[in-house]
Amino acid sequence: MVKDQEFLEKKASYCLGLAKKLGATGSSVIVNNSVSETVNFRNKKLDESNRSDDLGISITTYIGKKKSSISSSNLLDDNLNILIEKCVETTKNTPEDEFNSLPDKDLLAKEVKDLNLYDDTHIENEQKIDYLKKLEFAASIDKKIVNTESSFTQNKSNFILANTEGFCAGYKTSSFTASSVTVAKDEKSMERDYDYSSKCFFKDLDDAGELGKKVADQTIRKLSPKKIGSEKIAIIFDKRIAKGILSTFASAISSSAISRGTSFLKDKVNQKIFSDSINILDKPDILKGLGSRNFDKEGVKTDTLKLVEQGVLKHYLIDTYNGKKLNLKSNGRFGGTSNLYFENGNISFKDLLNSKSKSLYITETIGHGSNIVTGDYSVGATGFLVENGEFKYPINEITIAGNFKDMFQHITLANDLEFKYATNSPTMMIEGMVVAGK
Amino acid sequence: MNNFFEKSDISRSEAENIVSDTLSKCDDGELYLENTKSETLLLDDNKIKNSSYNSDLGFGFRAISDEIVAYSHSNEISKNSLRQSSENLKSTLKSVKGTYNHEIPKSNKKYYDNINPIEQKSLNEKIKILNEVNNYLRSKDNNIKQVTANFLGEQKSVEIIRSGGESLTDVRPLIRFNVSVMLEKNGRKESGVYGVGGRQSYDFYLKDENWKSVCDEALRIASVNLESKPAPAGEMKVVLGPGWPAILIHEAVGHGLEGDFNRKKTSAFHNLMGQKVASEGVTIVDDGTIDNRRGSLTIDDEGTPTEKTVLIENGILKNFMQDRLNARLMKTRSTGSGRRENYRHIVLPRMRNTMMLSGNQTQDEMIKAVDKGIFAVSFGGGQVDITSGKFVFNCTEAYEIVNGKIGSPIKGATLIGDGPSSLKEVSMVGNDMMMDPGIGTCGKAGQGVPVGVAQPSILINKMTVGGTKL
Repeated sequence: MVKDQEFLEKKASYCLGLAKKLGATGSSVIVNNSVSETVNFRNKKLDESNRSDDLGISITTYIGKKKSSISSSNLLDDNLNILIEKCVETTKNTPEDEFNSLPDKDLLAKEVKDLNLYDDTHIENEQKIDYLKKLEFAASIDKKIVNTESSFTQNKSNFILANTEGFCAGYKTSSFTASSVTVAKDEKSMERDYDYSSKCFFKDLDDAGELGKKVADQTIRKLSPKKIGSEKIAIIFDKRIAKGILSTFASAISSSAISRGTSFLKDKVNQKIFSDSINILDKPDILKGLGSRNFDKEGVKTDTLKLVEQGVLKHYLIDTYNGKKLNLKSNGRFGGTSNLYFENGNISFKDLLNSKSKSLYITETIGHGSNIVTGDYSVGATGFLVENGEFKYPINEITIAGNFKDMFQHITLANDLEFKYATNSPTMMIEGMVVAGK
Repeated sequence: MNNFFEKSDISRSEAENIVSDTLSKCDDGELYLENTKSETLLLDDNKIKNSSYNSDLGFGFRAISDEIVAYSHSNEISKNSLRQSSENLKSTLKSVKGTYNHEIPKSNKKYYDNINPIEQKSLNEKIKILNEVNNYLRSKDNNIKQVTANFLGEQKSVEIIRSGGESLTDVRPLIRFNVSVMLEKNGRKESGVYGVGGRQSYDFYLKDENWKSVCDEALRIASVNLESKPAPAGEMKVVLGPGWPAILIHEAVGHGLEGDFNRKKTSAFHNLMGQKVASEGVTIVDDGTIDNRRGSLTIDDEGTPTEKTVLIENGILKNFMQDRLNARLMKTRSTGSGRRENYRHIVLPRMRNTMMLSGNQTQDEMIKAVDKGIFAVSFGGGQVDITSGKFVFNCTEAYEIVNGKIGSPIKGATLIGDGPSSLKEVSMVGNDMMMDPGIGTCGKAGQGVPVGVAQPSILINKMTVGGTKL
């Protein structure tokens, strides 16, 4: 079982007390415990079971404007004694930084709302096996599927965040995740695809059979891909890829990238960086939301932010340190966004496909081709050629490239947003990008 | 050596008994104990931004029967925790029976010293060097807008206890020193990154102020990029420089030759053993035995001594990389390639230092042989789809080649190719093999492990360059 609040609080207050005794003028501590159980299947048979029980503690101590931190998985008191002593000693020897400080007291979360993030249900391994049997049965019906690998994970976590400003709070969260990867084969090619479902509550998880069938269908339709020529063409990003573009946007407006001057979106607040109709929200209080939270990793209250309104950038994602540097207040985004999403566009998925006589529908990208200093984007891609709203044939071994500054100004969104991940986007079309192929 | 049972309520012999009892009806498995101490020191934006220390202790208990792996890990090395793990493993494997394979090769060779790099240099000395790095770079070029430099030091002690009480141990030092700069000129920003590292002391990399050469290289790359034009789009000839660009080899063929994907027949290479998969003259090895290299290991994470494994010899596919599980199921032997990020993870067959060996040609000959193409010198990272064989890597320093001459620098672009066919397109292999500077981390199934790569300059006849200029 995951450790209870009392155990974690006791460890946290022990650390704060000891740090103070050893000469720290302020400190903060996070204690967490996470227990996961996973069962993996391959080709309809049990392949692996994995149980993990992870404890962790991380402590930051301050002496005036000096700061240092330690972390450990060993929570025995004699180990903590050695580490905290080392941490305070290192703090003394680390140069001052005028922006180092604990968060302002008035910004700390005052109440912890129940966001419905914990499901007490325990799924025994036998139940996980039943789910995976159904999933893999559905995934293997078509003879073209030659390999299936699926997994089911139950995770229960608990944490306490405490600091010497009097903050002490934490809560349990749970997640249930089912995923599957299948390989399909024909005379010409072998292809792989994946899908998964992840929820806070077990009862909300996708049906095993539907998930299996979906993965198999997605894989089979990729068989016998062609390579196309190099050209400028409208790109339609599947939701699972579109959300990655939103994540890149989020890293480019993080206060650390802004304060260091290493983002192409520096000094763009109140400027129009997206096409007119684009609205982006970060909403932390969605019930059962995969990114939901009451406060950030510093204890600062997290409110809903409308990051982009009618194409205009309204906020950066601000933590305490970088906020002080930029002369802005933390908006509770230490560690990034919560539930980040584009609001729906005005046209249906079908109309989006139909809006150009020829376009590319991208279902997967590979490579780390996003540069947030310059905004340049270049990645390997696979997907489908779309002509007059119809999927014509699969394509691979191409790259797509552009620059986010231009790409953001040419986004059209469909109205098919769903909350499947912590970061979500409707299907997205971007015009003016370059495809490199033959 | 770490005594993992010193502060525990369980003695070594009690732990050995639990291991032997749990694994008695299994084909393989072990108790893996690990204690890692690591530090990070980061200078950024003219300040020491982060000084942190991590101490990580835990065990992973693994039991294998037939194809089924049962794994359980915890941070608490205690009677209770070990028993709970044992019960968990037994319940997964209750319906299968195996015969424990006690055989594990032995070697006395060591490829690095038993040192703790963190303790070899004081905090103040390290902070002093980072400040010198910052001052040195900022005084060198007025366009420098940002300097980031960091030290990462680590000592990992591992012990593997097998059924019957056999114990295998290793102490692994690892350090890394990185510098990144951002330049701004006429409103345009570009960055450059360089680093060095390996399994030895900080002093080896910092003596005689040779940290300056790391700074110079990061600055040089950023300066080149400041002058870069949009990269071309389409298929063309590509010359790769020696050293770090060998991540092409790592992505294009390395991952596809790991035992697990081939046992499962999900690799594009699974039915190509003994066949020609690369041009004549192309020989690729995966070597865990080079002194002090980032990817080297005295023993792998199952206790098997590492070796130099020939993967491709003169174009012909010779071997896959194997851990014990996949070796047994494919009726071959482990190549000492069983690795895990830490005790939280199961063992997978992984690369160590993956190298293409030298041929006879010069880089000049290659450039002269290209009418229209690109010359790629430095890379960010890469990725591969094992099943389709398609792989990418991102250039961070590249130039166009026009009529046999190196032209303007071009913006970072992704290059994409097909693993099984791309090495057949290698038409020249250089005589200038070079190791990478010791900075690589390979990701697989959510686990990152330190690796090395090496290659000479090579000419590839056809690759797709993902630029924006049609």
